[in-house]
Amino acid sequence: MTITLVLVIAMAVLFACGVYLLLERSLTRMLLGFLLVGNALNLLLLVMSGAAGNPPIGKSSDGITDPLPQAFALTAIVITFAVSAFLLALIHRSWTLSRADEVEVDEADVAIRHERDAPAEDDPETDTDPEADTDHERHHEDQTQDEAHR
Amino acid sequence: MTFLVPLLVLVPLLGAAVALGLLRHQRIQRAITVAVLVIALAVAATLMVLVDHHGTIVVQVGGWDAPYGISLVVDRLSALLLTVSASVLLIVLLFSIGQGLAADDGEAPVTIFYPTYLVLAAGVLDSFIAGDLFNLYVAFEMLLVASYVLITLGGSEQRVRAGTTYIVTSLIASAIFLSAIGLVYGATGTVNIAQISERMAALPDHVQLLIHTMLLIGFGIKAAVFPLAFWLPDSYPTAPAPVTAVFAGLLTKVGIYAIIRLETIMFPRPQLNTVLLVVAALTMIVGVLGAVSQTDVKRLLSFTLISHIGFMVMGVGLGSVVGTAAAVFYTVHHIVVQTTLFLVSGLMERVGGTTSTRSLGGLLKAAPFLAALYLIPAFNLGGIPPFSGFIGKLGLFRAAAIDGSPLAYMTIAAGVVTSLLTLYALMRVWDAAFWRPKPAAEAAAPHVAVAEPHESLRAPEPAPVTRSEADGSVLSGGSVTVTDPVTGSMQHVSGRTRLPRMLVGVTTVAVLGSVALTVVAGPLYGYATRAAESLESPQQYVEAVLGARP
Repeated sequence: MTITLVLVIAMAVLFACGVYLLLERSLTRMLLGFLLVGNALNLLLLVMSGAAGNPPIGKSSDGITDPLPQAFALTAIVITFAVSAFLLALIHRSWTLSRADEVEVDEADVAIRHERDAPAEDDPETDTDPEADTDHERHHEDQTQDEAHR
Repeated sequence: MTFLVPLLVLVPLLGAAVALGLLRHQRIQRAITVAVLVIALAVAATLMVLVDHHGTIVVQVGGWDAPYGISLVVDRLSALLLTVSASVLLIVLLFSIGQGLAADDGEAPVTIFYPTYLVLAAGVLDSFIAGDLFNLYVAFEMLLVASYVLITLGGSEQRVRAGTTYIVTSLIASAIFLSAIGLVYGATGTVNIAQISERMAALPDHVQLLIHTMLLIGFGIKAAVFPLAFWLPDSYPTAPAPVTAVFAGLLTKVGIYAIIRLETIMFPRPQLNTVLLVVAALTMIVGVLGAVSQTDVKRLLSFTLISHIGFMVMGVGLGSVVGTAAAVFYTVHHIVVQTTLFLVSGLMERVGGTTSTRSLGGLLKAAPFLAALYLIPAFNLGGIPPFSGFIGKLGLFRAAAIDGSPLAYMTIAAGVVTSLLTLYALMRVWDAAFWRPKPAAEAAAPHVAVAEPHESLRAPEPAPVTRSEADGSVLSGGSVTVTDPVTGSMQHVSGRTRLPRMLVGVTTVAVLGSVALTVVAGPLYGYATRAAESLESPQQYVEAVLGARP
């Protein structure tokens, strides 16, 4: 089957930019990334409508473009449209609530990290003991060094 | 009887439209929603019996025959999952009605709960009967868009944040799935699952592998399989209890269903089975280790959800009739039990005012019946012998032992460790929430729930209606009491909490349902085995959809 290289390149660029934007923390950029990926997907569906398989209606594909992938693309466009409308509403809601456009780290994760970093409150002995030991050792080493000096 | 099949999608969608028109009439809305799901359950149960007796039912929508039109296919696997899903949807709906999700104060976010819930139901049921990949994609989108609305219900800051993680992850999964559909169409010239099954074998190996992997990743994200499961524990726990329950029970299982279809009908060759087994073992272990380290009941349950997805993937990955049969049985068991546990956690939140194991305590005295409701599904999930969890795990381990490869034995080991650790994690909750007395700080001042640093943001929320108000109080003061006009007042005035009867009743029904799985385990396992037999010989499916070929 023959494929237009231009379409493939355009698709690749759209995918790359879309994925890059989706990885951002800013909600608006995520929306833009989603739109780019959605368009890349539509292009992919169109590219795939090349001469593979006969069209669903009629026997040969001479001079007729396969209509099925176009129907897919149309459905995908509608879904993309609905989801981006929802995302816009979400961004608006986030903005009115907290004036923030960014997705924050989950509080429970933060709390668990704090617990791991500073467990001293729960159990002071385990934390101080090793230090005490090293102190003793250092003391000991000092003594031995002193003795060696003498 | 083919007219029954489209009803599963049509009735919920029409019901959603009518319910949306009746935003001001909560009672009628409620009645319509319940009626719709009762009809769906009746249809699904009828189909389950019919399919078992007369074989796969295929509907060619609009009279266009299979390769050109859209086919709806109900085989034993579909019928079984349809019935279980419809009953779980109904139970959770009754729970949410009991919880007063629709408290009569005309707040916009809650009036849309019922229509959205029906769209979710339509999406879930549609994905089980979809006979072609694109239709499956549309069904997924239907249930996903409904779930976006449900997970951000009420639109509080916390939910918007958690919802964003969920939404973006789902969008990426959908994108991968859609591009895989594009590739499938380019490679085989069809999206009909039966025809794909016929034509896939003729393709070169690397093309097959590419399509197989992409579909598996797309479904794997939905099913929350190990490296792709990070989004689940961040997003599920913040939603209202009934929403979390239905998500945990059904949405991940839709992914599992798609994986079963993928591995049996579309790619019957054991191409990625090794990968599936390794992933299954990792999912179990990593998930359950996450569960052990959690201090919040809902998050803990979310992690056990992930780890038990591994069991189902393990059954699929074995690629044998016994393995698939065990996976199907385990899926049914897990839908019921995980939903029940989340409903119970909702009740615990109601009684204790929080879901943190740090501040919960003394629930055994406060609500002895609730303790029983928790303990039974907890034992069930952990796999204690009389319950269905044990039967499912036994089936899976036997299937793996019959397989006999070292990898299969490794997954058995992982499964055993996971069951034990699941039991440990759930018993830790039991110990903290039920068995021990209430922590001293709260016993001294029972009217004020002392907020932990992260607990203040994760404030208890019996009804999402009042969520924004609760947030307001969180921001203004350090300590929080639940201010729910419906139940909150009575919750804190009387020392001993009374749970609404309807909630307890519905949860009891759910628990009894999970126990009933043990009672009907024989016939159910037989049904699952027959389903697996027809799945493992894809020729049957192809002939049913495309008609017998000479």
